Amino acid sequence: MELVTPAIGLIFWTTVVFSLLVLLLKKFAWKPILSAVDERNQSIKDSLAQAEKARSEMSELTANNEKIIAQAKVDRDLILKEARDMKNEIISEAKDKASNEAEKLVTTAKEQILNEKMKALTELKNHVADLSVEMAEKILRSELSDVAKQKELVTKVLKESKN
Amino acid sequence: MQKKVSLLIVLFFTIFSCFSFAGGEATQEKGGVYNPVPTIMHHIADAHEWHLWGEGDNSYSIPLPVILYSEKGVDIFMANDFNHGHSKVIKEDRVYSIDNHSHIIEEGGLEIIDLSITKNVASMLISVFLLFLIMGTVSRSYSRKNVEPSGLQAFIEPLILFVRDDIIKDNIGKKHEKFTPLLLTFFFFILINNLMGLLPGAANVTGNIAVTFVLSLITFLVTTLFGNKNYWGHIFKPPGVPMALMPIMVPIEIIGMFTKPFALMIRLFANISAGHIIILSLISLIFIAQSAMGTGGAWGVAPVSALFVLFIYCIEVLVAFLQAYIFTLLSSVFIGLAVQDGH
Repeated sequence: MELVTPAIGLIFWTTVVFSLLVLLLKKFAWKPILSAVDERNQSIKDSLAQAEKARSEMSELTANNEKIIAQAKVDRDLILKEARDMKNEIISEAKDKASNEAEKLVTTAKEQILNEKMKALTELKNHVADLSVEMAEKILRSELSDVAKQKELVTKVLKESKN
Repeated sequence: MQKKVSLLIVLFFTIFSCFSFAGGEATQEKGGVYNPVPTIMHHIADAHEWHLWGEGDNSYSIPLPVILYSEKGVDIFMANDFNHGHSKVIKEDRVYSIDNHSHIIEEGGLEIIDLSITKNVASMLISVFLLFLIMGTVSRSYSRKNVEPSGLQAFIEPLILFVRDDIIKDNIGKKHEKFTPLLLTFFFFILINNLMGLLPGAANVTGNIAVTFVLSLITFLVTTLFGNKNYWGHIFKPPGVPMALMPIMVPIEIIGMFTKPFALMIRLFANISAGHIIILSLISLIFIAQSAMGTGGAWGVAPVSALFVLFIYCIEVLVAFLQAYIFTLLSSVFIGLAVQDGH
């Protein structure tokens, strides 16, 4: 039964040695080691969180950039479209104007031509009238030299005018 | 490469322990077949000298200090003053001698308390010193801030974190901080003493019931002193138990307070002692064969026995870790039960 009888000396020394061991290791090993490990873990955690934050910020930035680019594209298209519309408008306006102008010109020209024509006609008429009068005078002068012929003429003219 | 080296170390230990054992015991025949029990018991027991080799009067040992306390004062002398038990040591009017159980007695019948630095105490001091060296080195390596662990630190840190996170934190919960230093010290103290005990010629510290008694007593005291209302409630008024069963349940719970640390004590002591006994028995087979069948028989049995010893040695290394783990785990569980809030 020697084996299962605890010896008082060994109990004493184990108690002393173990108690001192707990106190000393607590002060010189467990506390510094565990606090260093925890600190390291914390710093790893922080670094990871920071990296994650930076990454999300980065992706946000990229997304923003993309948005801006997309917006720019839309704006560009809009501007281009507006420009194109304006161009078309200007062209069509110019066309309209040109055709109006041309029409006006043509109209004026026509009017002028008509006027000129009328003028010419009037002039011609006057001229013809003068000529006729002159001729008539001459004819009359020759005709009226013969009395018979004067009479005949007067009746003829009267007949004609009755009609 | 590393595997080869460790295998060689194990082989060396095996062979060396065979030899250191063989040197001493070959002569222990008392007619008939060799009886290994006294030798084995001697090997796993504590002693006042650190026996190396040789037997009886021809043995070589490192003498250790004997410290004897009595009401007449403290006497200190070296264990080899007894001259293998042949001499008496006389200090003033006190005469000390060794009885046939290797105990020191005072011939005048004076009550003495033997506080000697025995083989186990010396071995424990060496282990503790080593533990300080290791933990000091590890602790210092943290002065380099936020650098990945390297060397010894890389080996010890996972162990420390495993014990803290998977054993202590898991079983005690929120209030673990207060008990972490104690339980970490349990683990590493038991582990290093288990491993040191495997060295040839080493002492059997954690296989000594006095050592395991102190360790489990500490667990008992911690659970009793830090036990909260909930813990005592479970003992003196187990919830959900009908009144009629109380006279049975309460004594059982009270006995349970003591059986838990008692089991801790026996478990560690028995496991480590058993490992030593198995190795010693397997080596003894050689001498049994020699006494039964002559030297030829011994040569026949020796290789088989050595192989078995090698095998058990490997298992013992595992057991060294396992028992340190189990002791710490169960202590954590018991402390956890004592300090946890009800659910």
